[in-house]
Formats: sequence, structure tokens, C-alpha cells
Amino acid sequence: MADSRVNVPAECRRGEPFEVRISIRHAMETGYRTDAVGSTIPRDVIQRFTCRYNGEPVFTVRMTQGIAANPYLRFFVTARESGTLDFEWIDDGGIRGTAQAPVKVV
Amino acid sequence: MKNRLPPNTISRRRLLRSAGAIAIAAPLAGLVRHASAQTLPALPVLNSLLAGRIPRWERLRLELPMFADNGQAVPIRLSMPGPFAPGPSVQAIHLFSERNPVPDMAVFEFPAPPLKVEVDARVRLAGSQRVLAIAVMSDGTTYAAGADVEVTIAGCLDAS
Repeated sequence: MADSRVNVPAECRRGEPFEVRISIRHAMETGYRTDAVGSTIPRDVIQRFTCRYNGEPVFTVRMTQGIAANPYLRFFVTARESGTLDFEWIDDGGIRGTAQAPVKVV
Repeated sequence: MKNRLPPNTISRRRLLRSAGAIAIAAPLAGLVRHASAQTLPALPVLNSLLAGRIPRWERLRLELPMFADNGQAVPIRLSMPGPFAPGPSVQAIHLFSERNPVPDMAVFEFPAPPLKVEVDARVRLAGSQRVLAIAVMSDGTTYAAGADVEVTIAGCLDAS
């Protein structure tokens, strides 16, 4: 469940925005599908995704089943100090996933 | 085939007929498109978000492919040109679908004032429809953007 791929530039320039790309492996089960015996497969989607930069939240997403399976996000963060980007997400089942990426500011 | 007309006659007739059809259809299509371009769909979630505020149809950009083969994953791009610094910054961008069983697809939030607002994601769409984005600024003003998308195979509803 905690599978993800993160892409952050090797070096960022202070005061400028840099591109962050993350892809998370998650079925994002809609709750509308039925299994082989006809019973509904319960909804299980990532409810909340948070990106923190040196501990400060900089970008969050509240998701529903409207987000496609294996969520992919691309967004921009403003470079300030070298440090880390921490990603965290939690799904309907309460399962938490995390990822990290170093940020080098020049 | 009997009584076949010479090929020239047929092609001229067809040409005239289709030219006439285009002449009639084109302004109509333009009208319909224009009418739907800046109207808000009647969604309760949208009303509760706006709470009487009227969004401005500018600045915010929502990009979607015109045709999506598969509604299970349609790429979208939300962007808003800066700079924001002296004025209000973007707090959140809400993404709505007028046809999905759950109309609010996602909310992208910026807890720290962003320098560049450009977000890519992939959404599920239950059929051809208009997708709507509403940006809420730090001073409470709202901006809207919409995009029409033709979906060949609907997402979310397959009962496989």
C-alpha cells in the first residue's frame, strides 16, 4: 500500500517554484463495483494527501472516488531552505502511506 | 442500381446539402456552447461552497482533453497565473463533476501562499459532461473555470 514514486529536481533555486511529481499505487475503489458473487466492494479511496516542506504543510488534496486509481499529482512548491519533502496519505481503511524526497536549494 | 444520376449531379447535390446543414448548424452549436460556457450547474455542494458568492470567470484555467477515450483516468490541469503577492493568494481549488455520482472530485489546498499554481491530476468521469473548477482566494473571492469533455467509456460505473 505504501508504494509510491516521487520525482523532485536534483537542485532547486532559492525563492523559485520547483516541480513535484508523485504517483501512488492505490486501487481507489469506488464502492460501485461488485465482486464475483454480487456483493458490493466497499469504497476505499485515499481521503487526504499532504505534502510538508521541512515540517510545514504546503499542499494538500482532499480526494473522493472522483480521483482515478493510482493517483498521480504534479504541483509546485517554492524553494526556501534545503531539507525534505514529506508526503503522507490516508485511505478509508485508515491505512497510512508515506514518502520522502530530499530538497537541495542552491 | 437503376436510374443512377451522373456522378457530378450527386456530388453537387451532396455538397449543397451539407453546405446548407453546416450553415444552419454552426451558429446554433456556437450559441449552445456559449450559453453553457459560463453557467454554474445546479449542484447542492456547489451552492454550499459558494454561499451566494458569484465567481468570476477569469484567471483560473482548467484544461482537459476534448475527447477522453476512457473515463477511468482523464488527465486534468488546473492553473492560475500569478503573481499573487500584493493581492490575495489562492487558498483552495475545488473540482466538480456534473455527472459523477459524487460531484466533488477533489479539493486542492494551499496552506502556504503558493508562488506558482499549476496542478495536474487524473480524474474519473461518468460520461460526457462539463467539469467545473472553483478557486477560493484568501480574501473570499471566487474564480470559476469550466471545460467540456466527451467521454467514450464512462468511469466509476462499470459493474464488472
